[in-house]
Amino acid sequence: MIPELGHYALVLALALALIQAVAPMIGALYRDASLMRLARTTAIVQFLFVALSFLALTLCYVTSDFSVVNVYENSHSMMPLIYKITSTWGNHEGSMLLWVFILALFGALVAIFGGNLPATLKAHVLAVQSWIATAFYLFILLTSNPFLRQAQAPFEGRDLNPILQDMGLAIHPPLLYLGYVGFSIAFSFAIAALIEGRIDAAWARWVRPWTLAAWMALTLGIAMGSYWAYYELGWGGYWFWDPVENASLMPWLAGTALLHSAVVMEKRNALKIWTVLLAILAFSLSLIGTFLVRSGVLTSVHTFASDPSRGVFILAILVLFIGGGLTLFAWRAPMLRQGGLFAPISREGALVFNNLFLTTACLTVFVGTLYPLALEALTGEKISVGAPFFNLTFAPLFIPLLFAMPFGPLLAWKRGDLLAAAQRLMAAFGIGLVAIAATFVAQGAHAVLAPFGIGLAFFVMVGSLVDISERTGLFRVPFKVARQRAIGLPRSAWGTAVAHFGMGVTLLGIVCVTTWASERIVALKPAQTVSLDGYDLVFDGMVQRSGPNFRELAAKFTVRRGGVVIGEMAPAKRTFSSRSMSTTEAALMTRGVSQLYLSLGDTNDDGSIAVRLYHKPLVLLIWLGAVVMMLGGLLSLSDRRLRIGAPKPAKAVAKSALQPAE
Amino acid sequence: MTLWLVFALMTAAAIFAVLWPLSRRGETPGGSDIVVYRDQLDEIARDRAAGLIGEAEAEAAKVEVSRRLIAAADAADAVKAVSSDASLWRRRAAALAALFLLPIGVGAFYLFLGSPQMPGEPLAARMQQANQNRSIASLVSQVEAHLERNPDDARGYEVLAPVYMRMGRFADAVNARRKLLALAGESAMRQSDLGEALTAASNGIVTEEAKRAFERAVALDKDELKAAFFIGLAAEQDGDRTKAASIWRGMLEGAPADAPWVPMVKEALTRVGGTAPAIAPGPGPSTADVAAAAGMNEKDRQEMVRGMVARLADRLKENGGDVEGWQRLVRAYMVLGERDKARTAAGDAKRALASDPDKLQRIEGMIKELGLEG
Repeated sequence: MIPELGHYALVLALALALIQAVAPMIGALYRDASLMRLARTTAIVQFLFVALSFLALTLCYVTSDFSVVNVYENSHSMMPLIYKITSTWGNHEGSMLLWVFILALFGALVAIFGGNLPATLKAHVLAVQSWIATAFYLFILLTSNPFLRQAQAPFEGRDLNPILQDMGLAIHPPLLYLGYVGFSIAFSFAIAALIEGRIDAAWARWVRPWTLAAWMALTLGIAMGSYWAYYELGWGGYWFWDPVENASLMPWLAGTALLHSAVVMEKRNALKIWTVLLAILAFSLSLIGTFLVRSGVLTSVHTFASDPSRGVFILAILVLFIGGGLTLFAWRAPMLRQGGLFAPISREGALVFNNLFLTTACLTVFVGTLYPLALEALTGEKISVGAPFFNLTFAPLFIPLLFAMPFGPLLAWKRGDLLAAAQRLMAAFGIGLVAIAATFVAQGAHAVLAPFGIGLAFFVMVGSLVDISERTGLFRVPFKVARQRAIGLPRSAWGTAVAHFGMGVTLLGIVCVTTWASERIVALKPAQTVSLDGYDLVFDGMVQRSGPNFRELAAKFTVRRGGVVIGEMAPAKRTFSSRSMSTTEAALMTRGVSQLYLSLGDTNDDGSIAVRLYHKPLVLLIWLGAVVMMLGGLLSLSDRRLRIGAPKPAKAVAKSALQPAE
Repeated sequence: MTLWLVFALMTAAAIFAVLWPLSRRGETPGGSDIVVYRDQLDEIARDRAAGLIGEAEAEAAKVEVSRRLIAAADAADAVKAVSSDASLWRRRAAALAALFLLPIGVGAFYLFLGSPQMPGEPLAARMQQANQNRSIASLVSQVEAHLERNPDDARGYEVLAPVYMRMGRFADAVNARRKLLALAGESAMRQSDLGEALTAASNGIVTEEAKRAFERAVALDKDELKAAFFIGLAAEQDGDRTKAASIWRGMLEGAPADAPWVPMVKEALTRVGGTAPAIAPGPGPSTADVAAAAGMNEKDRQEMVRGMVARLADRLKENGGDVEGWQRLVRAYMVLGERDKARTAAGDAKRALASDPDKLQRIEGMIKELGLEG
């Protein structure tokens, strides 16, 4: 009964979505209050049905109901409970159900918390949200139905792909989807604004929190995915410029740009059309991201053809929403009234700079990811665009962006003073230069670029805090006063500083790992020792262990530093008999924010085993930085105050800008 | 019954979600941009009081926001206030759609997709059922589950392997027999069982690996008859009919006449054109019987061989780099007496292997040996 209940609930959700896609639009057209009000209840009840459906599928997984084909194909009765639950979204069909679940969740949240929205805008937003939902319900029910049954329930399932049986991947997809789907709200607001033909600062006030929430989830999701790849794939790399990763990076870049331009719009009523375009682009890239990963088009263009109905449906959805959104934009955007003016050197100007670089960076990733696919589809030639391409294109775009980052918050709205901002950043410059010099002295000249990377990271980190210290008068007024002022500062200002600081932290981690990571690949026999960067690891021998649905061969190592035992590491190879696959479980030892990384290779005939040992200095900073960025977003999100960018009056003397505002 | 009752309740909830907002009257308490700008003005006043922005900035900001406020108020006046007395028929149409189209549409779509007649079958429930009515399949999965927990239990594999063979799960049979070899130690019989499973898994072709297993079995025990038979079959498939014939003849020479495998070997021997040696007299089929049986089975056997050959040809069409496969195919056609096909296959092989001079040479050698030139 459970699977059929879930199935029926999903069909009901589709029916409600159809009503919600049409009725509120008509209501808004004729200003019929009750038809517009309809959207509120249908959005909430629609969410309840999707939630019921998702719950039903999860229950099928938990009880190993193999009469459901999807459960049979992706679960196993011996799996630990937690992976039974997570395998609900560890496959195409289930993950699409999670997608619509989150979509309906956001729709319901807008319906519940959107009380301050104008009635027509709310009706339009919920209707557009329902267009997306309708397309996805149909996609799921017709081509990727997780509730299909089989008459003879097999006794055992085929098990979840072993590399997905991991906590990291359990949390990664829901976070990523929260991000992707969160941008659908921005998209719906943008389309609604285009339909209404009216857009103003108030619009940004309503959109920004949703965008920010989505951005935070996406930031955390990407970091999580990167950390998972780092420890699970056994090569110690944290970013591979793999299409799957790029698929999540592109919406992040567009979303970050959207976040910043929405601030300009809310505070200054400027960049309105550009913000609408970014909202459409961010969600379009999220759609592409979802389908790039899910359709299998990445492994080969030909898998697209192997399941034509699914492929054609995906293409239709992409064309409908991306093409439709952009067409509507091209048609209606010129009718929107342009907003406030500003000088090139100003906070607005800085944010335009940020937007330009972010979107260009996004474009390079887009080209690097999709060009090989297009080429393969057209000519059949397979090429791979890897790290060298992205290092040459993406990095040069990000360096000026990072360098400019501390300047932004220091410029006044409307017209700023670059020189004054630079003067206030002198301390940060100084610390950056000291960092460069110190690295040169410590390192010698053989890694030329690294000191500059470190210098830039410190400049970004210190520079992010300059705004706060300037505004609180730290170092100039007594500490007690400064503390008082710091508490009084809007949390949005703190949010900016913290998020920018986090970017610097990530940069520091990346530079350090790229430059100073060291590795050794050796074949060891028991009792032999391998040493790296002052750590000595003695191979104590192999042990066989068995887990709930796997067997593992673990190699035990004792780690010493300067002769003192500091711990044990036990990398392992797991064999999952149900899929006859094996996975590598790397062993990690965290020392501060650095890590020792040990993973096993093949066993040789003479009884020795190949091991890869890496020392990754400051590697954890890469992900900690992302967490810090997320916290910055959270600070800003918690600030419910209205955002007004007080312009710097034209006649004011330059001197007053240097004074802290009292 | 319960299922339909729950469906009905859910449908009612969905209809209610549409009808309820339609039934209520009055203004929707909606916000507007005017409210936001008023709030912004208040915020500016608060910020100035708190000393977060300067006097001049606050004034400038206030001017800007006021301008937006006025524009918004003008726009709001231009559009008529949201009317609550909308025409009744629109609301009625929506209500009718919810009352009739929704249940009918949902019901039809669900019946098209779903399987309401099938109860859910959680594993726990099926386990109980299985105990009362044990099918082979459920027994197999129970042994499998047992092996999952105790992967070193040789008995489990010993039980499973022949069942797998009978069920046609040859790949599993290969695995089980490999495990058994590793766990229970090597014996001639286990080796030749493995070879048999490998042969079955590759559609009756004695692969290199299978052949190694049989040879190992014969090395362990020269009287291991199954292995000997398959080594003969391997020779036949390689086109070496004389060798096959001599192996099989050897088997028959040492055999008691009533051994159950004798007819099969004789038949194989006839196929490669050898003559069966006289067997020590005893109760057994007459020569005529054997001949008849051989003749009758020959057709079936040919059928089977043709099937195998067709599969091999298909595989090579997709993966042309397998030189042994090509050799086997060409020889198989020769055995079947289809000289034209053998020549075509040899031509295909030369094209497929054109990039590899080493393999090409082997094919050309074979063509000469079989006299297929031209």
